Amino acid sequence: MTSDVDVPSGDTATAVPPEGRRVRKRSGGTRLTRRQRLTRWDVRLSPYLYVSPFFVLFLLVGMFPLVYTAYVSLFDWGLLSGKGEFIGLDNYRDVLEDPTFVKALVNTISIFLISSVPQVIIALILAGLLDTRLRARTLWRMSVLLPFVVAPVAVAIIFGNLFGDEYGLINDLLGKIGIDPIGWHTDRWASHVAIATMVNWRWTGFNALIFLAAMQAVPRDLYESAAMDGAGRVRQFTSVTLPMIKPTLIFVIITSTIGGLQIFAEPRIFDDITATREGGPDHQWTTMTMLIYNYGWGRGRDLGEASATAWLLFLIIVVFALANFLATRRFAKGGQR
Amino acid sequence: MNRRPGLLVYGLLIAFVLGSTAPFYWSFLLGSHTAAIAAQGTPPLLPGGHFIDNAQRVFDTVPFWKALGNSVLVSTVAATSVVFFATLAGFAFAKLRFRGNAALMAFIIATMAVPTQLGVVPMFIVMAKLGWAGSIWAVIIPSLVTAFGVFFMRQYLVDAIPDELIEAARMDGCSMFRTFLTVAVPAARPAAAMLWLFTFMYTWTDFFWPLIALPADNPTIPVALNQLQSGFFKDYSLVLTGATLATVPLLVLFVVAGRQLVSGIMQGAVKG
Repeated sequence: MTSDVDVPSGDTATAVPPEGRRVRKRSGGTRLTRRQRLTRWDVRLSPYLYVSPFFVLFLLVGMFPLVYTAYVSLFDWGLLSGKGEFIGLDNYRDVLEDPTFVKALVNTISIFLISSVPQVIIALILAGLLDTRLRARTLWRMSVLLPFVVAPVAVAIIFGNLFGDEYGLINDLLGKIGIDPIGWHTDRWASHVAIATMVNWRWTGFNALIFLAAMQAVPRDLYESAAMDGAGRVRQFTSVTLPMIKPTLIFVIITSTIGGLQIFAEPRIFDDITATREGGPDHQWTTMTMLIYNYGWGRGRDLGEASATAWLLFLIIVVFALANFLATRRFAKGGQR
Repeated sequence: MNRRPGLLVYGLLIAFVLGSTAPFYWSFLLGSHTAAIAAQGTPPLLPGGHFIDNAQRVFDTVPFWKALGNSVLVSTVAATSVVFFATLAGFAFAKLRFRGNAALMAFIIATMAVPTQLGVVPMFIVMAKLGWAGSIWAVIIPSLVTAFGVFFMRQYLVDAIPDELIEAARMDGCSMFRTFLTVAVPAARPAAAMLWLFTFMYTWTDFFWPLIALPADNPTIPVALNQLQSGFFKDYSLVLTGATLATVPLLVLFVVAGRQLVSGIMQGAVKG
């Protein structure tokens, strides 16, 4: 790569920028020197050379598996027995007819909603609190981000204990204020709240920092004129801050949708009460990604059905992302920009 | 907003930070008591003296050191590789003119929304065919590049390198690669550090694919934690000691580089 740098220094004086060279080539049949030809190829090929390692690897480990998943989903394909007969859409039919699928779909959306809606609201409030002239500003920001360093598996272990049905701290505290213990590991909706709490704990501070960055880009004189118009602090937040950070708000909502619909570690670890760990004895908190695992590597040992589930999940994510996108456009039209 | 915060703001922030840190303490607290005490619900609120014993039991139950070594290896290689390939490609996308530039970049942005981890089935089949199933390479290889990395570096380098600087280097007779090394790499350094940190943490905490790809005797940290918990008897002092131990390495990283992480998230937000 560096060989053409080693040419005698006298040569460098004749080097011309790319545009000049192209003109010279067109203007006549002047033979290019070896060095000029090298430079020309260098300019032309280098960009492709630099992006190709990424693309080759990415197509291999990112895109190819996704497409091949569709292929596998059309076959009878056992975890141990390997590829069997072509069976068309039978895997999709089997998955869609499995009552667990509908449960998993509802669970995933329910957990996603219980986690993302409060999370965005709390993160916005937190960002609003941080967007003031605090003492020890960096320290506050770092403290807020602290939960982000804990792996979801560890988060789930800690919160699984806190949400213990019999001896958990949360039921203990609820008992002290006269509330009956809640069956976090038995009741379907309670389990969703517990799992959503884990997600919120880890991500709220992270999202608050993203909102904070957007808030700091809001021109300060907007607040001054709002204040002159008699707007209080809350009113300033809802009428100035929120509309101004709308693009960031939408960005956070879309990314949390894509991540939230794939939730796996938290619900799986939360199931420490069954041997199969499929998401509760009655699949109260089985999610779509857990279903992929359960079909393929759990009890099912059926890679065909696992692939069909993966594609169904993919389609669901696309639908949600598209819905978000359309909502974005509508918001953007109604908004200030 | 430009105003001095009152007691209410500080009070709410303190409440939030307490909520953020309490689970850390809870994890260590239960890990410092015996299994019998931890099984009886809320323990004494001061740590007991059994953390070392419990840690020893964690090491006896799962291959913790092997898992730690694997996690360090996977995360370091992934982070370094992602940064290298992303800087190279990001530089080309940001600063070089070539046919297909815009189209390829649009492709990268589109694929950021595609959850590539849905491709676990073929990945598993291919790894088995190659004889890599169960080896740590099965986890390393798929994490070598990310679309996000290229996008992030491109966004950063577009503004970070003045075009004149590249032209000057070219005028001086630098080859393209030489220009990359002398102009782009130094300019990319802050973004590269952030991307490295993020990829490291992301890879360290990843669970879905490692759980599928790795056997019990060759886990990463999250997979080892999963095993620790799968016993019949719920031994909370054991699993919470494991959770505490697993958190320590990233906590150390956070203390060292948390400031950069914060500014990385905030800069990324403005750029993205």
